[in-house]
Amino acid sequence: MRILPFGDSAVLAEFSSLDEVRGAARALTSAPPPGVLDVVPAARTVLVRIRPAELPLAAAERWIREVAQAPPPDDAAGEVVVLPVRYDGPDLADTARLLGIEAGELVRRHTAAEWECAFSGFAPGFAYLVSPGLDLAVPRLPTSRPRVPAGAVAVAGEFSGVYPRESPGGWRLLGTTDAVLWDETRTAPALLPPGARVRFEALP
Amino acid sequence: MSAVRVLSPGALALVEDEGRPGWAALGVGPAGAFDRGALRLANRLVGNAESAAGLELLLGGAVLVPDADVWIAVTGAWGAVRAGGAPVEPHTATLLPARSALEFAAPEHGLRYCLALRGGIAVPPVLGSRSRDTLAGLGPAPLAAGDVLPLGPEPATAVPAADLVPVDPPADGPVRLDVLPGPRRDWFTDSAWQALTTATWHVSPRSDRTGVRLEGPALRRTREGELPSEGMVPGAIQVSPDGSPTILGADAPVTGGYPVLGVIASASFDRLAQLRPGQPVLLTPRALRP
Repeated sequence: MRILPFGDSAVLAEFSSLDEVRGAARALTSAPPPGVLDVVPAARTVLVRIRPAELPLAAAERWIREVAQAPPPDDAAGEVVVLPVRYDGPDLADTARLLGIEAGELVRRHTAAEWECAFSGFAPGFAYLVSPGLDLAVPRLPTSRPRVPAGAVAVAGEFSGVYPRESPGGWRLLGTTDAVLWDETRTAPALLPPGARVRFEALP
Repeated sequence: MSAVRVLSPGALALVEDEGRPGWAALGVGPAGAFDRGALRLANRLVGNAESAAGLELLLGGAVLVPDADVWIAVTGAWGAVRAGGAPVEPHTATLLPARSALEFAAPEHGLRYCLALRGGIAVPPVLGSRSRDTLAGLGPAPLAAGDVLPLGPEPATAVPAADLVPVDPPADGPVRLDVLPGPRRDWFTDSAWQALTTATWHVSPRSDRTGVRLEGPALRRTREGELPSEGMVPGAIQVSPDGSPTILGADAPVTGGYPVLGVIASASFDRLAQLRPGQPVLLTPRALRP
């Protein structure tokens, strides 16, 4: 782990793998000291935003060094969220071809795997889902679509994701779900917060 | 309960408070008034809690009418503001009579007025805040003509008697902002940091609450390639592949993939809100710890 400066009210902890990030994010969010405003995991980093009057930078760094080198969470915790999907996405066939498999096999692998939300970003409630051990890595589309519908189930890089609302997007669209990924009037507005476990289920 | 009617929102009128920290892990940034100090001051002037929601009015053109007498204070940008035709002094609690128009002309100094009304704007909060996040599309919608905004109950504190708050108007000439090294300082040449902290930058007209773009010399990287997206904060100076810097504003994205060369010091951040297109900016390097 490396600690990098990020102004006078935040520090960035950098890790060598997403697994380390997952472990650190879990540890840093479980019992943060007063003065921690946000803990933001990403692909290789965890950003910690603080209120320096309550928690000085040096103290925040000490706390991060103490707790962040935690093992990745064991996968037994928490309920699995099941997302029913119509695998009718416009990129399903092309994505299967890129992987050298049939479309049906791509659906089989996508639904057989268990996914976990490693981090959020891009839009409220957009979860970057990973499934360690599953190799479905494909590049983003060469050109982003100006409009991707809400509920679109997509893949890019090592990630799978679901668009919480209509937006532009460059991920490859495999299908659609009716699940509501984001609703700010719910107590838990994001259906898939970091750490959530997810399975996709193919609708006939 | 009293209310205020929007006859015209002007260029952009937003409800803002101190923002919604704590949701970044779900992809929601803090948002809140861009000129945070101005909102807190305006709230204090009318006896509100500093955290009460007020209005952030970009440029001129806003016209508001209350249905009952209400104390107001205008901070942030300076310009001709009239209440029922009479001039409103900046940074001064003023009683706005019922059914009289509060009109904002284009600011002469700065860019964003902050308006506090006694009782605060009492629209329903979203995730604990009444702030509009223009990037995430969260919180109260930008105001439109005909909107009626409810005001909260009379605060326990009286309107303070302090008759003068000595605050200078936003500067017109070169603005100095303190800058600290960012996490990806090592992605850039030493001359890039040198250029960042010695050049006279100019504020691009393509600036908004998401980011203030600066025009000036290109900042060269020492390495190519992509940075995996990482957490961002308001005030982070992201450098795009063409070498131009953007200072992230109040509605900064929660994560971003452009390397951050420097970060604006918290004490300088509010000044970003008042920078006008074309205005010169100088970034003064500071060490992280004294």
